[in-house]
This record gives sequence, C-alpha cells and structure tokens, in this order.
Amino acid sequence: MAPKEREIVLNGISGSPGICIGKAYLVDREGVDVIEKYHIRENQVKKEISRFKNAVKKAKSELSQVIEGMPEDLKPHSYILETHMLLHKDKMLYGKAIEIIESEKVNAEWALKEATSRAKSMFANISDPYLRSRSADVEHVSDCIMRNLVGVTDINISHIDKRVILVAHNLSPAETSQIQLERIKGFITNRGGKASHTSIIARTLEIPAVLGLENATEVIDNDEIIIVDGNRGVVIVDPDEETLFRYEDLSKKYEADKADAIRTSGQPAKSLDGLVMGIMGNIEQPEEVVTVRDHGGDGIGLFRTEFLYLNRPQYPDEEELFEKYKEVVELITPSPVTIRTLDINGDKEISAVPTPEEANPALGLRAIRFCLKKPEVFKTQLRAIMRAAAHGYVRLLLPMISSCEEVHKTIELLDEAAEDLARQGFSFNRDIEIGVMIEIPSSALIADALADLVDFFSVGTNDLVQYTLAIDRVNRHVAYLYNPLHPAVIRLLKMVTDAAHQKNIKAYMCGEMAAEMINLPILVGLEFEELSMAPQSIPIIKNMIRRINAAEAREFVKEVINQKSAINTMQMIEDTYGSLLTESFK
Amino acid sequence: MKINKNMDDLKKRLSKHITITNELGLHARPAAMIAEMASKAESNVWLIKNDQYVDASSIIDILSLACLQGSSITLQIEDPVDAEILDQLHKLFKSGFGE
Repeated sequence: MAPKEREIVLNGISGSPGICIGKAYLVDREGVDVIEKYHIRENQVKKEISRFKNAVKKAKSELSQVIEGMPEDLKPHSYILETHMLLHKDKMLYGKAIEIIESEKVNAEWALKEATSRAKSMFANISDPYLRSRSADVEHVSDCIMRNLVGVTDINISHIDKRVILVAHNLSPAETSQIQLERIKGFITNRGGKASHTSIIARTLEIPAVLGLENATEVIDNDEIIIVDGNRGVVIVDPDEETLFRYEDLSKKYEADKADAIRTSGQPAKSLDGLVMGIMGNIEQPEEVVTVRDHGGDGIGLFRTEFLYLNRPQYPDEEELFEKYKEVVELITPSPVTIRTLDINGDKEISAVPTPEEANPALGLRAIRFCLKKPEVFKTQLRAIMRAAAHGYVRLLLPMISSCEEVHKTIELLDEAAEDLARQGFSFNRDIEIGVMIEIPSSALIADALADLVDFFSVGTNDLVQYTLAIDRVNRHVAYLYNPLHPAVIRLLKMVTDAAHQKNIKAYMCGEMAAEMINLPILVGLEFEELSMAPQSIPIIKNMIRRINAAEAREFVKEVINQKSAINTMQMIEDTYGSLLTESFK
Repeated sequence: MKINKNMDDLKKRLSKHITITNELGLHARPAAMIAEMASKAESNVWLIKNDQYVDASSIIDILSLACLQGSSITLQIEDPVDAEILDQLHKLFKSGFGE
C-alpha cells in the first residue's frame, strides 16, 4: 500500500449495528456547534460588547413577537416565555458575558458560551429535579442569543442540513431527541456504553453507533470522511481507497441481510426442530406499537410507563393513564401487552416528586420500593392497568422485586384497587397475569419462592448484569467489564429458568442481552419462552432463531454452565455457532 | 448597649424572614417576579438560605438556591432607601406568588 495519508482506526463499543460512511459533524459538549474562540484587541472590546448587546436585543425582540403572536387562550401559559425575556438580561448570563469579554478579551460567542456553562453549572448540584431542569431555560435563552450572534447559521443539532455522522463527547437524552433522523447517518461518542441512552436511541433509529471511543472528538475534524462500523465497534478516520471499497461491500451486504430478515419477520421464530419462541418488542411510547407490528413482533414484552410521569409537575391522573394504556392494548390485541409499573431510577428522574438526594440512586428508593411507599400513586396506576385489561390481553410486570413481601404487598393493593373499581362500577379485569422483573441477584436466588406467587418472570438483563458484576454500565472506565456472558450471569439465568419451569410458570427476557445474536444459542438452550427487545432487532433475531436447533442448544448450555470465564464462553459460541453469525456480524 | 440596640433595629428593618408556601417552591415564575422587583432597588437585595447569599435580581441565582416548599429564607436589603421594595417583596412571598 502506498504510504500516503494513513488511516486511523479507533476502537470503541458497538452501540448499534450497521455500517455507514460519511462526513463527520462535530457537536460540542454543550450540544451546539463548535464555537470559535479568538482574542480581540483592547480597542475592539467596546465594539464586541455592543455586538453582544445587539444580539441580545434582537433575540429579545424575536421572543416578544412570539409572545404577542400567541392566541388569547394560550396567554396564561406565556409566563415561561416572560421568564425567558427577563433571563436575556440576567446578571449571571448577560452581565457575566460582558464581564468575560472585558476581562479575557475574547469574542462575544466564546464569552456567552463561558457564561452559559458557568450558569448551568450552578444548577448541577440542585437536588430537586424540577428546579435543576430549569437550567434548560438558561440554555434555551443562550441558544437564541447565540443564533443572533453568529448570524444566519443555524447552531442547533436539530437544524443540521446535510447527511452527516455526528461526533460528540456525549449526547444527552434531550439532544438525541431533537435530532432529525433523516439527516443523521450515524453517531459516535467519546463516552457511553452498550446500554446507555444514546445506544438505545441509535438502535431505535436503526443507525449505526460506536460509543466509548474516549478521544473521538479530538482525533476527528469536521468534514473528515469516516467509516462507522457499528457491528464491530470500530471507527476508521480518513480511510484509504481499499478500506473504502471493502466497507462499501460490507455495508451493502449488511443492508441486504437486513432487508431479507424484514421480509420474513412476520413469520414465527421457529427453531430448526420446530420450537416456537415469542419475539416481542420493548416500547416506551404508545406510537411505537406500530413499529413493533411492522417489524414482526409477537406482542409487547415490555411497555415502560415512565414517560407519562416525567417532565411534569404533577402525577398523571387515572383517566390519562387508562387512555394511553388502552390505546396500546387495542392496537396490538389479541397479542399481549406487558405493562411494567412505574420504574423510576437514577437516570430517569420524576418531576412530580422532589427526590431527596441519594448517595447511591441505583441502590436506592426506586421502582417497586417507591411505589409501595406511595400506595395512592401506585393504586392509580394499577386501576388504570386493570381497566385497560378489559380491552385486551394485558400482563402486569413489577420492576425491582427483591423479596416475596413486595409481591404480597402489591397483590394486596391490587385487590383493594379492584374492590374500589367494582364498587364504582368500572369495567376492569382483575384476573391478569402477574409477573416480576428478575433484575436483582436476590430475586434470581429466590426464584423458586417467587415462582409460587406469580405467573411469569421477565429477566431485565441490563440491571441484572450491572448488579451482579457491580459495574456501572455508563462508567467508561469499567464499562468494558460489563458482559452478559459472565459465568455468574449465565448461572443466575439458569436458576431462573429452572425455577420457572419446575413450577410451571413462564420465563421471559426483556433486556438488551436478548437482542444480541451471539447470546441466542444460550437463550434458546435455557428455554426462555419469549424474548423482548427494541423493535428494530426483531427481524434479525427471528432469523437467527430459525437457524438454531433447540435440542442441540440445550446440550450446548450444559457445557456453557461449566465455563469459568466469559472469554471461554464466547470462544465456545464462536466455535459452535460462528458460521451462523453472518459475515458482517463477525 | 444603645448602639447595639440601634444596630439590631436597623438589621430588623433591613431584613425579613419568610417561609416558602407555594407548592413548587421558588421555580421559574416566582424567581422572575422576584428578580423583576429586586432589580428596581438602589442597592443589593439578597435572598439568604442557610448562610448562602444570592442576588435577588438574578433569576439564575435565585433558582440556584433551590428553595422548595417549606424552606425558610431571609430577605435582606443593604440600603434603607429600598425598604419599600423589601415590603413589596415580603407581600409577594406571603401571597404565594399568586399561585
């Protein structure tokens, strides 16, 4: 090979499968474009300050036009915009930016950026989630001023106007949600791991993502050509021709395989020896039911219900919950909908509750623990679920169960709520299947006792792996240790499926582990009845199951159980099932 | 002794204690109302919670104090000419910001 420009290969974590080739688009830490920093001369300070003041003036007048243009009936809600009006001239933003221009002799854009991040950092330590989230108001106002400062150029990632690959330090849920999907070919970030929010979003959008690259934003320049290989977790910067050709072929093959899988996705996932597994979809919003159906899902294996509780000052009422649940139930009936009760946790805080600061939120007051502490809030949700169950096939799933007492208490509440509903003359269904999430090692260890109380188990592997191995999956220093194939995890899974089958109840899985092809021989061998995953993974997983012999997989698991390390297990899978994992997945 | 008493009187005139009564605490709207009023003062107006002082004319500063319902805070002015503003602020707090 000619030693001209050398390509650089960066290794990260595969966040979402697929391959893309395109131009890099750097998003800086604040979620806006790269802001240029330059120094100005003493005699330019005045001019720079007036340029800044002008931008503020323009931003304010834009906003006041918005307020004036609001229809009468919306006027009572304009207070947040009035607040924004005042924020434009707030000392901590306006005053600070001018001070920075004067003292540091820098351009107005940079000064504003500095002032904004200082103001935002003041919010970082507030424990009340509602007040803390007010930093978004500061950000918004700052963005408006910035837009006026830099002129016509759009600065928000929601305005990207070409097909690019986003390169970022990290992407927050807020940033990822405002991305216009049709403009983005792929994501790469310095931080994040397999189960981080960014990778979940990327998989939902069906675009490749490589995360945890550490220094991607330093190595990659804007507009540089990069290849993102989400299957192997590799990014190639400035590739040579040969690499480009190879990847174009790989990309085509991957797309062809995917198209093939989607064509057959409506058919059941039947193993070579005739065993049928239910392949279900995980959803968060009612609209996503359609995506599950389109990708051939056999039902909803996990309906996360947090969305109605987030970003609002009050708890949702029963009617609102009921309407949303009913919508999902009616869309997918007669297939089942597994509704998981409120699971608030460390990365999804609820605005209606001022949560006291916890040193260890992952081990704190969350999910079922929170619900049992707020029986009225919990009952409202249980009522809505039982009412929705009158309209189709509903299963109730309880998160974060660590003891039998929690199940007993929940069933008591369920009975109370049912009695109330009956007395009040609502139509409802108390006779629904009840299941528990197995995501804490303690629940896996007492699975035999829990099996006496419920109709099914659903293993949440993201948390189960995290708690079993004591690894924070978003901490990049230890994320590489996060491995569902760790022998401890496999043994816990075996305990769970054994207990379920001895007591004649069902064993399901709804974590990310179920969506990885490499894990499938083991999951089939453990005899899970259903696997639930991001809708986009359904076709490929169904396809893979059709190539596995279930009886052989059961024998295979007997050997896997005796392995002493994840590396050995992976080698065994590679040796036995390597040929099944298609070329582009290797 | 006399001087001390005068100082105490002066301090009393220059500050007022108050407990936050509205449900969401000092969120964006009350903060904006306070800042608007406080910015009319001749001299500094402070909000004090647990010995932490913030500038009452800055929404960002007020929000960063994180005053929830039930928080007990002190309003303080530096210059007696702002006594009128202190009174108005006190009333505003007592009214629960019209919420």
